[in-house]
Amino acid sequence: MNKNLFARLRPLIGLLVLSIAISWFSPRFLTTGNILNVLRQTSINAVIATGMTFVILTGGIDLSVGSILAYAGAVMAALLAAHLALWAGVGLVLLLGAVIGAVTGLIITKGKVQPFIATFVSMTLLRGATLVFTDGRPITADQDAFASLGQGYGFGVPVPVFIMIGVLGLAYYVLRHTRFGRYVYAIGGNEQASRLSGLRTDAIKTTVYAVSGVLAALAGIILTSRLSSAQPTAGIGYELDAIAAVVLGGTSLAGGSGTIFGTLIGALIIGILNNALNLMDVSSYYQMIAKGAIILIAVLLDRKRDA
Amino acid sequence: MKRSLACLLALALVPGAMFAQARPKVGLLLSTLNNPFFVTLKDGATKEAKTAGFDLIVLDSQNDSAKEMSNAEDLVSQKVAAIMINPTDSDAVGAAIKLANRENIPVITLDRGANSGKVVSHIASDNVAGGKMAGAYVAKLLKSQGNVAELEGIAGTSAARDRGKGFNDAIGATRIKVVARQVADFDRAKGMSVMENILQAQPDLKAVFAHNDEMALGAVKAIQGTSRKILVVGFDATDDAIAAVKAGTMAATVAQQPALIGSLGVDTVKSILAGKAVPAFVPVSLKLITQ
Repeated sequence: MNKNLFARLRPLIGLLVLSIAISWFSPRFLTTGNILNVLRQTSINAVIATGMTFVILTGGIDLSVGSILAYAGAVMAALLAAHLALWAGVGLVLLLGAVIGAVTGLIITKGKVQPFIATFVSMTLLRGATLVFTDGRPITADQDAFASLGQGYGFGVPVPVFIMIGVLGLAYYVLRHTRFGRYVYAIGGNEQASRLSGLRTDAIKTTVYAVSGVLAALAGIILTSRLSSAQPTAGIGYELDAIAAVVLGGTSLAGGSGTIFGTLIGALIIGILNNALNLMDVSSYYQMIAKGAIILIAVLLDRKRDA
Repeated sequence: MKRSLACLLALALVPGAMFAQARPKVGLLLSTLNNPFFVTLKDGATKEAKTAGFDLIVLDSQNDSAKEMSNAEDLVSQKVAAIMINPTDSDAVGAAIKLANRENIPVITLDRGANSGKVVSHIASDNVAGGKMAGAYVAKLLKSQGNVAELEGIAGTSAARDRGKGFNDAIGATRIKVVARQVADFDRAKGMSVMENILQAQPDLKAVFAHNDEMALGAVKAIQGTSRKILVVGFDATDDAIAAVKAGTMAATVAQQPALIGSLGVDTVKSILAGKAVPAFVPVSLKLITQ
């Protein structure tokens, strides 16, 4: 039991070691202002990575999140420009994300297409759809109420941080304390056995992609609000950051094991790395090497516990 | 035989006499006319062609390489004296240029270069000069001293390299110090988060130069989240950036001059037809847009 606890806390220990090392080099790192800054910057990746955790727990992968983010952001900006009420707009865009995710899920389950290929198709189609929809130009979205979603503060803490905590909390509850959550783990552990014991695996897997779609759309809303503008090229490469956060957090790409808490730690490690490399003004060429090396070390350390 | 002798004789005469006899046909092949930048470029070329006494044939490739090829074939069959091409794609345009090369029709490229075929001259914006302009303006506003940050474009691209070089050359002689130089990939979201991080690390920052307007607008968002006053200078003069300069949230942006690219193209063709040597690259100056 104790050994198990230590294994689970390993990503957290990695995060702490990294933070201490960085604060040694950059005294500005451990200031309240910068910590809130890192949390705000991490929120978008953490929200996407939460959906990605559900998908990866079933043994799948979702490459379409960056494109869903861009498409959702563009639709959000267009709805606001058409004077739709803020909450109606947010609701519609989240629903749109769910529908897109569910359709991708159906292609995977009913169409029997590998998740990698099916979500790659969604990624490509939606990126194209976003470019057509926006005509390749940014759409301005600077309404005050909308701006507060990404730029506002509550009790001195940025609003996106509250959204991130809410999403993580809800996901934690669903995975740990609901039947659906246990089914997600079961499918990742052994899909065949789950199906034979009567689980509606197709419906559960489709739902998981819908969850990922909703959260990618939510991330799109936050990003659009932060920039006061929807960018046609937003979110390119975000799927890789989300997958990296999930894996850094100790979730197995084979499915069946992993936690939301781990994903939060993984997202924080990536966010802190990006922040620290900027704070220390490391040249971009070396940044990529440093980032790759640290992620490699983290993953190798984590793999040791399986040995 | 007699006719070709007459032709040779005409060619041997002073070019002025040749122009007096017939207006030389010159082709202008544009990647698209569905974009204000290229419409302005065409207008600049048309105006200059009128003064130069050229019969300018303008064809629109509609961003389609196949259409570009058939347009080039049409120009070659009309026996134009020279072709100016603004390629739809630097690779795909090679076949069209080689077609003109086979007929010994001189080709120059505008705005976008070609990766194959023989091109006499390439005419495009001078990114180094644009970066210098931005640097000189920042130096003027800061009275040649203070800390600045530079948001770089995608590492390894020529635009990032040239704009950065120009900027750093311009401030090199001043007491302005670049305290942070970070890549933000020409992207607005990345420009914002990188700038947020730089703001955390640099308590005393007076100005930011971004290699394009998207990153500059991201930096504006990051700065707006604080109560600090930092000058932001971008590059490209996009609609959003011009609006930001007008509103005072950006200090300046560097604009390309498409009309000048067009008219310099015609001037270069004039020199080629007059038998004068022309440079392989004609840099076109840029314009600083301030409030």
